[in-house]
Amino acid sequence: MEEILFAKQEASSAGQDPSVTPLLQMENISMSFPGKPVLADVSLYVGPAELVSLLGVSGAGKSTLFNLAAGLLVPDQGKVIFKGEDITGQKGKIAYMLQKDLLLPHLTIAENVALPLLLRGERKDKALAEAISHFENFGLAGTENYYPGQLSGGMAQRAAFLRTYLFSSELFLLDEPFSALDAITKEQLHRWFLGMRKKAQFATLLITHDIDEALTLSDRIYILGGQPGSIIEEIVLPPDHDRSGNFWKQPSFVVYKEKILQLLQRDI
Amino acid sequence: MRPKWKKNLISVSVIVIIIAVWQLLSSLKVIPSFMLPSPWAVVQAFVKDFPLLMQHLKVTLTEAMAGLLLGIAAGIGLAILMDHFEFFHLAFYPLAVLTQTVPTVAIAPLLVLWLGYGSLPKIVLVFLTTFFPVIVNLLDGFNHADKDRIKLLEAMGAGPFQIFRYCKWPESLPAFFSAVRVSTSYAIIGAVIAEWMGGNAGLGVYMMRVKKSYDFDKMFAVIFLISALSFLLLSLLKQIQKLVMPWQTATSKREGRSTDTAVQDK
Repeated sequence: MEEILFAKQEASSAGQDPSVTPLLQMENISMSFPGKPVLADVSLYVGPAELVSLLGVSGAGKSTLFNLAAGLLVPDQGKVIFKGEDITGQKGKIAYMLQKDLLLPHLTIAENVALPLLLRGERKDKALAEAISHFENFGLAGTENYYPGQLSGGMAQRAAFLRTYLFSSELFLLDEPFSALDAITKEQLHRWFLGMRKKAQFATLLITHDIDEALTLSDRIYILGGQPGSIIEEIVLPPDHDRSGNFWKQPSFVVYKEKILQLLQRDI
Repeated sequence: MRPKWKKNLISVSVIVIIIAVWQLLSSLKVIPSFMLPSPWAVVQAFVKDFPLLMQHLKVTLTEAMAGLLLGIAAGIGLAILMDHFEFFHLAFYPLAVLTQTVPTVAIAPLLVLWLGYGSLPKIVLVFLTTFFPVIVNLLDGFNHADKDRIKLLEAMGAGPFQIFRYCKWPESLPAFFSAVRVSTSYAIIGAVIAEWMGGNAGLGVYMMRVKKSYDFDKMFAVIFLISALSFLLLSLLKQIQKLVMPWQTATSKREGRSTDTAVQDK
């Protein structure tokens, strides 16, 4: 069974459509901090409307890669290309979301969500109206005038999603956004997120250490491992794999999980 | 948890008991009245001198407020400059610390000597004692603004001013209000001390006069007036803080009432 699965993967990986330019490309990225190489020659891409996970153990350089994509760090070597434009080391191109919602406690949810528009210099009433028009869709209706401290963790994360969405509706850069939530809320948010993706068709680079999460959500998974970190495997999930949140019940899920575990354990 | 009125009752009861015991000791002549006038005598002195006290109060309050507002404004300005330009921090922070090592009582007579008997030396003294807490607390607040929030704002394209406006300043507000509370009590004390050193009007001047004529009931009356004034200003400040930081009240309400009022996931 395993062979069949991975044979299929090889095929679809090779069949990457060359006519579609990827939304985000990270090319031959190398990075080291004083005395410690962190990333060696990492290349990856995220296609339009594709959900790509970057899976790795703690300390594999996931967050460094994330900071590089967000422009918060400049790589020693390599390029970050977004929509065909070299944005290496440039902030303000790609917004991201972390485990912490990072909502500003002194602004209402509507103001928080409208922040990317306000930062761009839009008028406040216009920005608020635009933000509020998405509240229903994101399951946030009724929270407009609450402060972040009044929301539950799952709601706060949704608000943070919407804020990211308003900054850039094409690409989400997510660094373990679900890992601080309890299992039930996490599951709910996964489903909600998949639903939003279907509707809004945005691309996502999801950084995670959670194998189940990566398998449930992704179209493609990069496994980051080694010291310094590099891409040790690329796993393409079949396009028709179960997206209803029941994938984990299927035998193929276990095969994938075992394979990934082996790869990651080899690394430790 | 005790309800609020019960908490207040406990605090007020203690004060009432102290005053009652004090009255009792005076009435029974355990303490001679020239050393410690009875609370009732103090009240009488207060009522008798009320118009005069109000005149002096106006002067002191004006000086204290003028000095305080200038001190707060300068404190904010200097803190922002020090936060933004390292050069400014290196150049002026030690100097600001130095001004705080000189005792107020020691500068007051000098200020009177240089600036005369009017309100100016008082305002300057209040200014000198009030700007420092604002600088220290604000700088601390700016430094402790959430680094991840600042990074996210940067990633969303925010410039330094926007980061200040949306992150550093609002996150420093609690620290700022603590500073203003300290500065407000300093302001009243500073104004009174400066008036002791020379002047024509103000509660400090009144205090010196009644002391010289051994009117200790009036002395106590003015002491209570000063502490009542500080108390009122501090309560006012609390209300202002509530208005300026509505999110704090909203959030603490939720925590106080368990999570059932929080918006849950649908």
